[in-house]
Amino acid sequence: MKKKSMRPLSVVARTACSMYGWFMMAFGAYVIVHGDVTPGGGFQGGSICATFLALMLIAHGSDYINEWLNDNFYKVCLFLGLFMFIGFGLMGLGWACDGTMMLNWATVPHDALATVKPWWPPSGTVALMDIAVGIEVTGGLSLILITMFRAVRLEGVVEDGLGKETGHDQR
Amino acid sequence: MNLMNHLPALALAVPLLAAFATPLVAAISPKARNIWVTCVSALVSLIVFGILYRVLTMGTQIYVMGAPSWNISLPSGFAIPVRIILEVDAFNALVAFIASLSALAGAVYGLKFVRKFTGLEFYSALYFLLTAGTLGMIMTGDLFNFFVFLEISSVASFGLIAFWRDRPEAVEASYKYMLVSQLAAQLVLVALAFIYGRYGVLNMAAFSTVVQPDLISKVVLVFLLVALAMKCGSFPMHMWMPDAYAEAPASVTVLLVAMSQASLVVLCRFCFSIYGTAMGTAVIPWTLIVLGCASMFGGVSMAVVQHEVKRLMGYHSVSQVGYMLTAFGVGLLALGDKTAMDGFGLTAVAGGIYHMINYILYKGLLFLCAGALYMAAGSRDLDKMGGLARKMPVTSALFLIAAAAISGLPPFNGFVSKWMIYESVYAVHPILMVVALVSSVLTLASFVKVYQTAFLGPERPQFAETHEVPRAMIAGMCVLAVAILVLSLFPSWTVNTLVRPAAEALVNKASYGAAVMGGAL
Amino acid sequence: MISANLPYFVFAVLFLIGLLGALLETNLIKIGIAIDVMESAANMFIIVLGYRNGGYIPVKFLMPEGVTNFVLPTPQALTLTAIVIALATSALMLSLIVMLYRHYGTLDVREIRRLRG
Repeated sequence: MKKKSMRPLSVVARTACSMYGWFMMAFGAYVIVHGDVTPGGGFQGGSICATFLALMLIAHGSDYINEWLNDNFYKVCLFLGLFMFIGFGLMGLGWACDGTMMLNWATVPHDALATVKPWWPPSGTVALMDIAVGIEVTGGLSLILITMFRAVRLEGVVEDGLGKETGHDQR
Repeated sequence: MNLMNHLPALALAVPLLAAFATPLVAAISPKARNIWVTCVSALVSLIVFGILYRVLTMGTQIYVMGAPSWNISLPSGFAIPVRIILEVDAFNALVAFIASLSALAGAVYGLKFVRKFTGLEFYSALYFLLTAGTLGMIMTGDLFNFFVFLEISSVASFGLIAFWRDRPEAVEASYKYMLVSQLAAQLVLVALAFIYGRYGVLNMAAFSTVVQPDLISKVVLVFLLVALAMKCGSFPMHMWMPDAYAEAPASVTVLLVAMSQASLVVLCRFCFSIYGTAMGTAVIPWTLIVLGCASMFGGVSMAVVQHEVKRLMGYHSVSQVGYMLTAFGVGLLALGDKTAMDGFGLTAVAGGIYHMINYILYKGLLFLCAGALYMAAGSRDLDKMGGLARKMPVTSALFLIAAAAISGLPPFNGFVSKWMIYESVYAVHPILMVVALVSSVLTLASFVKVYQTAFLGPERPQFAETHEVPRAMIAGMCVLAVAILVLSLFPSWTVNTLVRPAAEALVNKASYGAAVMGGAL
Repeated sequence: MISANLPYFVFAVLFLIGLLGALLETNLIKIGIAIDVMESAANMFIIVLGYRNGGYIPVKFLMPEGVTNFVLPTPQALTLTAIVIALATSALMLSLIVMLYRHYGTLDVREIRRLRG
């Protein structure tokens, strides 16, 4: 099957989208990090960061994107985020004598914050887990976008590989 | 830090972590993936066995996520239940252990069954996610946590059913199952929203202490019953079951069976431990009994005429779920009434629970044997098979064990559980027992047909070079066969040590609530 | 009575639209959209249940002084989880629709019936 590629948009649109994409990433990171105080959090900020890839795909077309796209980066994001999340959860097991899983071991009372550690999140483990979920959702949603795009455009499908995954019917 | 205290949380965290570590381990080599899968499945079974042992010796185990206590105490002394808890009593622990055994069997079987296909690291990752979701559904004590684990296991199973993605029927089966499952999940979510809006609690034990038999509670119960019956595969909503069970790889079907039983566990939780006598109406038990009888008879009559082995077994699944629904409906009918409970109610509930664990074991073994037939014969169609007993002696012996267990033949465990169901169901109305007996006879007939067609008879020329399936697959099948034989050879020990405490824990609504709430809200 | 319970009526109408769409439609993508509408209705219902009249946002140090009336935060957490789950299942549903189209060549659910009987 002939693979048609997505055509890029015009020069003006491409330049504007390239600049705006990075602002979008910064905004997404803001939503992730301030998740315990303002509306937002891990999943919402992660989705915003993942639409960076969608914007680049629409603006630059599939040929240009396929050259620099490396989906291992997003797989690393996905696994790293998840290990951080479960790691923070399991760290609660050993913290106190009666600690349980997902114990909020990093929390500091709000009044004591300004004197003790001004840079420490007052909500403790919740903020750290938010960041972990944000990284994971970025990786995961970007992978979903890449996979669905490739499936629809039939890229990465080897011609003679079709039809092999049908069970034990073929001997 | 005593690790034994944290076993329930570890039983969920270990498969979850392993699911996401599997693609990394599989990148090293295929052998590393095999060793990883076997070790993690064995570890999960050990952890759940530890939980079962602690529950049987020390009583109901409660694990609070995130803090030492499950509530926030206001200065006025009033305690509000706020945290997510895992509550494991004798009923949960037993079904969780049997589910983890079937996960182990499926994982070991899957080492060789899907060996020549691509995408195996994602297959193993989704398999662990499905295990974690099933165990979470069984062991949780919080309503919304149940919804989250229901969706985790559903999404993992959608991917696994469509594993043979170049086969159109597999993708169609996965899509059909996805529609039914999403409908059920949204009904569960609306029911949970009703509960939260009306009572303000999301903790199962707290909800059991405050529930009243008014209109909203009845609406909630109906929504939950319909949704969970859809997930179990009872009669009007059973169409996805033969398709999904047939088109999934056999090692996945074992875990799908365990997942549908996890939904049945939560159904019993809602009817017995949470609502109990606050149900206020006899319509619900009779609905369960009618649905159960329809599933029993409808399932097995459709099964007798099938040509394809796994589709036939999928229809038998519908019929076996009917047995359990009838048993639990009879137990519900007897719930408020002390004499009825001692007479037939407790036997019905115990029979239902025993049938549940038997069903997971022998149905899992049947599906694994059907997968072995598929791999050896290259087709699932009974018309093309014949005379395989000489080529595959071990598989045919294990199939004989499982077929005898499902038909209720005397030395096996299926006979004991069906006997308990027959004698308790007869006390309600004799016609229910007639339906159950007829279904049993038809089950026996269809399995005699399958055994004779596939294994006995003259050898066919196209099977001249067929040989026994690889040892890993035999090992997986033997895990389940050993469990069936242990339950069959020691029936009174099983009933007294495992099943009776489970039945008593299930019907005792007051102790379920008091184990968490301490007798006060 | 209707104006006070308007959100609940809207939820009921949306949920029924989604349910009827999922049961009666014949195009695969329309069935997917109907299930999405049903999920959005359920999420909206959960949020509406947390509303208290005149309440502020449930963040302690962002509320003005002396305010004790705030909306419940628990339904918001429940809805977030439900939205993520809805996203995951919608993505999976669309992927399966793409594969079904490639196998069967049609999006009509009446033609996709190889598993029967």
